[in-house]
Amino acid sequence: MAERIPRVPAKEQDPKERATNFDEVCYGYDAREAVREASRCLHCRNPRCVASCPVNVKIPQFIACIAAGDFAGAAAVIAEDSSLPAICGRVCPQESQCEGSCILGVKGEPVAIGRLERFVADWNRENGAVKPVPAPSNGYKVAVIGSGPAGLACASDLARMGYEVTVFEALHKPGGVLEYGIPEFRLPKEKVVKPEIDAVCSLGVKIVTDVIAGRTVTVDSLLDKEGFSAVFIGSGAGLPRFMGIPGENLNGVFSANEFLTRNNLMKAYRDDYLTPVMHGRKVVVVGGGNVAMDAARTALRLGSETAIVYRRTETELPARREEVHHAKEEGVEFMMLTNPVEVLGDEKGWVRGIRCIRMELGEPDASGRRSPVPVPGSEFDIEADEVIMALGTSPNPLISRTTAGLETTRKGCIVADEDGATSRPGVFAGGDAVTGAATVILAMGAGRKAAAAIDRYIREQAR
Amino acid sequence: MFRIVKKERLNPLVYRMEVEAPMVAAAARPGQFLIVRTEEKGERVPLTISDYDPDRGTVTIVTQEIGASTEDICSFEEGQSFADVAGPLGMPSDFVGMSDGKLSGRRYVFIAGGVGTAPVYPQVKWLHSKGVAVDVIVGAKTSSMLIYKEEMSRYCDNLYICTDDGSEGFHGMVTGMLENLVQEQGKRYTQAVAIGPMIMMKFATLTARKLGLPIIVSLNTLMVDGTGMCGACRVTVGGKTRFACVEGPEFDGYEVDFDEAMRRQSMYRQEEKEAEPHVCKIDIRTKNQVK
Repeated sequence: MAERIPRVPAKEQDPKERATNFDEVCYGYDAREAVREASRCLHCRNPRCVASCPVNVKIPQFIACIAAGDFAGAAAVIAEDSSLPAICGRVCPQESQCEGSCILGVKGEPVAIGRLERFVADWNRENGAVKPVPAPSNGYKVAVIGSGPAGLACASDLARMGYEVTVFEALHKPGGVLEYGIPEFRLPKEKVVKPEIDAVCSLGVKIVTDVIAGRTVTVDSLLDKEGFSAVFIGSGAGLPRFMGIPGENLNGVFSANEFLTRNNLMKAYRDDYLTPVMHGRKVVVVGGGNVAMDAARTALRLGSETAIVYRRTETELPARREEVHHAKEEGVEFMMLTNPVEVLGDEKGWVRGIRCIRMELGEPDASGRRSPVPVPGSEFDIEADEVIMALGTSPNPLISRTTAGLETTRKGCIVADEDGATSRPGVFAGGDAVTGAATVILAMGAGRKAAAAIDRYIREQAR
Repeated sequence: MFRIVKKERLNPLVYRMEVEAPMVAAAARPGQFLIVRTEEKGERVPLTISDYDPDRGTVTIVTQEIGASTEDICSFEEGQSFADVAGPLGMPSDFVGMSDGKLSGRRYVFIAGGVGTAPVYPQVKWLHSKGVAVDVIVGAKTSSMLIYKEEMSRYCDNLYICTDDGSEGFHGMVTGMLENLVQEQGKRYTQAVAIGPMIMMKFATLTARKLGLPIIVSLNTLMVDGTGMCGACRVTVGGKTRFACVEGPEFDGYEVDFDEAMRRQSMYRQEEKEAEPHVCKIDIRTKNQVK
């Protein structure tokens, strides 16, 4: 069957306007738009979208409900597999998952599954139709370390099975990267993140903030002294990388983590919050991932002239296409095939610029990407008073260093099998703590698998 | 919530608060710090733990009013609660991991300046409980600014007071006192530990080096999360970038690039200008500090 109705576009805030505020960029569908978009789904007998969703949301079913105007029904279908739909509908890389495998995408445009999911979740939040119901306790306690996507997904599945789940969060607010990493303009905190976390709590999950695993408590103390039958580690990848080039400790050089945490978690962009943040005149962001886009677009909103430097070409940018597109629309300058070699400082130790070298693409490397090589003698200086390093993150070693018998890789990632089981019986792990920095939805998928494995483990132990 | 069970004023600018935080109190060791956030709009302020009592479930912090956030902390009264107290953070002091055998025969000298005197206290107490000989040098601008004299003298072998204006004890800097003890009075120490303003720790390190004395310093860098996430606390130690929050806050003084550390500490000085009181003292630093 040929595609007849074109994909329904979602309204967005005007680029010029939104580059000066922190309000959400995309407005999402209204009911009429959602029903129209839902009517495009072909309801394939073998829905490839479901298989390419890390948590296997029953996509055609919920879309059928939307098309029939049964939004509560759609919410109920999604709730079976995802505890954070309003978040996933916004930040999942749908183009490489559900939408990427949609049959309609072969010749035309795939069904806007992400936007439909977001519509249902937002509608349900506003109308309170489908509410989480706590299951009766089975008497077993499970500890979850980290309240990011992996921890929340694991905790909600376990709570649904009747486990008494306590989530330990190091920061003062639950959410992990949803709270400190992803900016307000992509993922509103009070409107979207908080209600979804509240929903997880209403399943009976207890979240305790200000507890740093590896410092305040240890995995061993949770298992041996606190009576938890199993522990899930979903502590993410919070340790920022730097380049190791001269001048990186000059005043005005920040990790993207610091810059974003100050803005997102600590709300430094608001005058009524005490945490300060630098408002540079000219900001250079180093890196090409989603975090680099978030940092650049945040700097722009703080009033800085902002450029991104990346050592490969635009085709290789690891960021979502939509993020790159949004950043460009808003006025972020992109300097490709450019790699910093030194941060330049003034006599007082503040950043005055960044020295870069031009790159060209050489032979493909092991990952299949053509690796960039420097063009000799092509160094040039860019003027800047603030440099933000968005080069990726690795897992925080606080837990692995304080847990006996927990195997890690050379890169500091916790070694875990498909189901999240680590080298230590009763200790499971998933998300960025295992894979290194990845996506919200992959972390959620890992959290769900681990929840199932924890259930099997505890049943076996009980026998 | 973390209730303040006791608040005392130690000098015109410095307050001591005993705060309910049972999990922190149970895990804390000398040398570690914690993070306080007063309320929703407050900053995460790192403060070195000045005492902890696992039985009472409390930790003690000593704060000097030096900027918007520390004034905010000091404005809280007994019975009120902080929104957050998270910790303990950082590594405990070196000696916490040492066997009794290794500790025996060691002689410590602490060099404490300003509000940095408070976190010296749990270290002195710990070493005293292990029977280790401890001398303490406490310095301040003037007599009325001195803190922790009585507390310290309960556990240390000798307490040496110095004031810049000579109003009490030795007339001069803590570094002068250290030199005097070693060179004039023939005192022998195996380890020095300096906690105080960055500039004091820099000069204490220079003096210790001159005297051939190993010295550990506790770096009060800028921080946001305090768990290794932000990298605001990075310092150059032995030519390598280290995170003071997870690898410190204590480092070998000989290896620390103090000039860089001081420069980095002043990163947000501009933003905080209005909030800072007009008292120019070396122990007045940025609001975000570990002490």
